[in-house]
Amino acid sequence: MSATRADVERQLADVVRIEGGRILAVLAASTRDLQLAEDAVQDASVAAIEVWTRTGIPSNPTGWLYVAARRKAIDVIRRESTRDQREAASGTTLREPDREVPAESVIRDDVLRLVFTCCHPSLALDARVALALRTLCGLSTAEVARALLVSEPTMAKRLVRTKQKIARAAIPYHIPDGRELGARLAGVHAVVHLVYTSGHHAAGDEVVRVDLCEEAVRLARLLVDLVPSEAGSEALLALLLLTDARRPARLADDGSLVPLEDQDRRRWHRAAVDEGVALLRRSLDRSDGVADPYQLQAAIAACHSTAPSFAATDWREIVRLYGILADVHPNPIVDLNAAVALAEVDGPAAALDALDRVDASARSHLWQAGRGEMLLRLGRGVDAAEVFSAALADAPTDAERRHLRTRLDAARAAPAPES
Amino acid sequence: MPQYAALTYTPDVDWSAPEQAEEMADYGRFGTEHAEHIRGGQVLFPTTTATVVRVRGGRGGEVVTSDGPYAETKEVLSGFYLLEATDLDEAVKLAAEIPAAWNGAVEVRPVIPL
Repeated sequence: MSATRADVERQLADVVRIEGGRILAVLAASTRDLQLAEDAVQDASVAAIEVWTRTGIPSNPTGWLYVAARRKAIDVIRRESTRDQREAASGTTLREPDREVPAESVIRDDVLRLVFTCCHPSLALDARVALALRTLCGLSTAEVARALLVSEPTMAKRLVRTKQKIARAAIPYHIPDGRELGARLAGVHAVVHLVYTSGHHAAGDEVVRVDLCEEAVRLARLLVDLVPSEAGSEALLALLLLTDARRPARLADDGSLVPLEDQDRRRWHRAAVDEGVALLRRSLDRSDGVADPYQLQAAIAACHSTAPSFAATDWREIVRLYGILADVHPNPIVDLNAAVALAEVDGPAAALDALDRVDASARSHLWQAGRGEMLLRLGRGVDAAEVFSAALADAPTDAERRHLRTRLDAARAAPAPES
Repeated sequence: MPQYAALTYTPDVDWSAPEQAEEMADYGRFGTEHAEHIRGGQVLFPTTTATVVRVRGGRGGEVVTSDGPYAETKEVLSGFYLLEATDLDEAVKLAAEIPAAWNGAVEVRPVIPL
């Protein structure tokens, strides 16, 4: 039985990507050296391609990869005599004779340890996002660089510096206990949410991009799985699922952004909506009615994603939820979204007023676009055209520019006011 | 076990003056309570007593001293501890007990093992 090289590489890529992160976590926890663990997994993957091309893929590829990576790690530790301190620290795990993959419960705990290490609050937020993508999602440095829009050498440097800080400052590989767990989990949630929004806002760019939205959903799912019964993690996963469910309808065939109002709701991902709603319900039950920002955002997303049409959406409930969200989590972006929603309850004039009160820091192209819509609905085509032009000049993605060009045309075509 | 320098940043006051006695007592308490982790440390006189030394042109060059290029900042380096801790989380917990962290800041930096 001989597998073709392409087959082997594809299957290996899958195994490395899904299981590599778990193997990495086990090695990092036992060696307390992320760089070493990463190099070992990398070396083992290269060896696997070589061997498996000749022998075929073994029955337990994960175990094979684990044993190989572990041997590589031991080799490196032995070779570098200056590392005697670390060898002592790496404990008995690595010195035990070769054996199969550690028990599932051990792997799960090590993965969670790695989650908390990569998302440690003493690391800069952008460094945490990059490291999470590299180690927890198993993306290559090149892929992380592309996804976060920096050059590969810059990303490589950032990752090295981050791993160096973990090693030099002795950032621990451990699961925070009781009182600390909640606060540290919130930090992890922020990283996962940022991974998602990075992907979401980039949607439609012509550059081939790694699917950060999918990675974020995967990470959020991992958290729900590893730390069960956490209202915050459930709310985050609910929010991502409910938002992501609408993704298939977000872009038109020509790559332009389709506003919620015009989206073909039949293309929304029904199963994701259902799962998101169920998770949100569970999360709310758990937190006894005290809503946190992710729960509120998920509840707003649920209103949209379960509405049969734009007109039949429960806009009053959405405006009410935005009101609570603005109280518990004051944020100009929230004010911007709340103002746009207000149009469906109190009309475009009230929405325009609310938009004009939004803090200067949130006056992005989205703010301009929102004002353009309100002006257009108020029959002020000339003013609308002006702000759509401004929005068009600032819009960062092609999808948004395409959409805004259509709106600008609509504004220009709008009949002049009678008086 | 890793060692960390905990550098305290506080208002630029004279820690030897009687007005600081109360806060110095807080530092004293920190010292007693966490003695097992403390490998050293000192408090510094205010920056008005500082002398900045530079040697122009590198080693053997002209020694130039000045009273320091201090910009008017609210918080200045006012002292340090050398702490021993199992990891950064423990070092951060210790740093949070240093009075400087309560109304100033403590910078925790790992020490290069030599």
